[in-house]
Amino acid sequence: MLFVSKEFVAFIAAVIAIYYICPKKFRWYVLLAASLFFYTMDDVRNLIYLAVTGVTSWGLCLILEHITSDASKSIKKIKDKEKKKEFKARVQRNKRIFMLLAVLIDLGILGFTKYADFVVSNVTALFSHRMRVTDVFVPLGISFYTFKTVSYVLDVYRGTSKAEKNFFKLVLFVTYFPQAVQGPISRWNNLSATLFEGKNAGLKPFASGLIRIFWGYFKKVVIADRLVVPVMALTHDHASYQGAYVFVAILMYAMELYCDFTGGIDITIGISECLGIKVEENFILPYFSKNIKEYWNRWHITMGSWFTDYIFYPLSVSPRMLKLSKWSRSKLGNAFGKRVTVYISCFLVWLATGVWHGAAWNFIVWGLLNFVVIMISQELEPLYKKFHGRFHLKDKAWYGAFEMLRTFFLMGMIRMLDCYRNVPVTFKSLGSMFTSWHMKVFTDGSLLEIGLDLKEYILIGICAVVLFLVSLYRYRTGRELREKISGSPDLTFACCLVLLMITIVFGAYGKGYNTSQFIYNQF
Amino acid sequence: MEEIRAILNELHDDVDYDTCTTLIDDRILDSFDIVTLVAEIDDKLDVRIPPEQMIPENFNSLKAIAALVERLENEI
Repeated sequence: MLFVSKEFVAFIAAVIAIYYICPKKFRWYVLLAASLFFYTMDDVRNLIYLAVTGVTSWGLCLILEHITSDASKSIKKIKDKEKKKEFKARVQRNKRIFMLLAVLIDLGILGFTKYADFVVSNVTALFSHRMRVTDVFVPLGISFYTFKTVSYVLDVYRGTSKAEKNFFKLVLFVTYFPQAVQGPISRWNNLSATLFEGKNAGLKPFASGLIRIFWGYFKKVVIADRLVVPVMALTHDHASYQGAYVFVAILMYAMELYCDFTGGIDITIGISECLGIKVEENFILPYFSKNIKEYWNRWHITMGSWFTDYIFYPLSVSPRMLKLSKWSRSKLGNAFGKRVTVYISCFLVWLATGVWHGAAWNFIVWGLLNFVVIMISQELEPLYKKFHGRFHLKDKAWYGAFEMLRTFFLMGMIRMLDCYRNVPVTFKSLGSMFTSWHMKVFTDGSLLEIGLDLKEYILIGICAVVLFLVSLYRYRTGRELREKISGSPDLTFACCLVLLMITIVFGAYGKGYNTSQFIYNQF
Repeated sequence: MEEIRAILNELHDDVDYDTCTTLIDDRILDSFDIVTLVAEIDDKLDVRIPPEQMIPENFNSLKAIAALVERLENEI
């Protein structure tokens, strides 16, 4: 069941209605039934994979909790400090075994379903007999629900979350249907705080959620789905579309991906707001970022924080890394030496982030390019400081706008690896912007032959202005415009009606269009 | 406390660490800074900060970092 389908709209309307008809303590059962129904409608085989992930994580986390509570009772009886230390280390070793077992099962399923073909075909290609692992069923949203589950296991292991005794509550956390397609990757402590309460949303949050759902559909159906056609035309026939066309593709794909991903997240969080459930934000004005580090604090926030908390930090402060840090500082000097281990961890995190996005070289190179840019900007920081100390440009509005545009285009260029899906082709195409730029592309009507007519360009232009103004409001005030609108029932009704009408009239569906799944669903 | 202040000053010398209580919330310290800080604390104070303690509350101010270090020092 696609998010962008009449069936899904009817489905969420029914779920919200049944949810509020039911007594509060039974409401989470409605969500559980709805979530399992959602996965079943996609493919009944999803349930098998979810059951394995759910049962193992639930069971092993209960064992982890049992070991911890037993140990905390026993340790009180030990008086000797050394013996206490020894006991703690032994408990930790035992816990690590169960934690690793749970994580390996979860990641093993993800690895097999998503990466078996990539690994086998690349390894066998080395021996001149390329073999393929085909027909592996990939469960819906496996990357997202696996990461949610692994974070739950690690939090229980670390003692920052309590293990859930009720198996079905954990299943609901893993399968919560609005997050099935593209996240956000919620943490147990955050989502469970409201997921099982069954509280009424309240009129204003409900209205805000409703506006957000319509806003999400507007972004997805009117803008993102419309831009699929020209972006595909420009990148599939890359040999014909070089130079200025690549620049156009960068702009269009930046807008398509933003509207597709944030549109989907708006629908997810909007539904949750209507149900009185709090879900983490995944985007905060990413195209207003002034550097790549800031960009990654604003784009796909829950993925970034997952990698930071569960890979970057543990890796960087592991005993081996700290030992290496000491060694590198003594050999390479304090200033650079202390950054060596940070860069090694950062490299591994970006490698993992690339692999998470997909089993292909273009994603791996995408991840590593992000790492290279971050490392270069980190190394250049002292130079930037000197520069700004001398020229005092930081406070100038035009310089801020320049920094935003610089980050936007840099990220836009790296992002083209998603579209071309081929590393050499991507670099060749990006290079052509600097070698064979033909200005006439913008004036001779060539751009009208890539799947958009003049009216559609005007529509996209107007939408871009609206998106920019709504974002600017948030940037200037720190509040979402819908929070203001949702204070008035009349305004809420008018806003939803206008967005609905625009989506129906200008939505990219029907002849020539194919309502598409969200881009991030493939990751 | 003074050793931690010295490490922080090395990272960002333009912050008033006596009054600032939003080092993480305002993104004054990023993940690179945190890792460098933890490595320096390990090196200079011989206190190992485990990953589960690397949460905003423990790093939002000089006082919070000092309290964390003290807590970990006293832990068996």
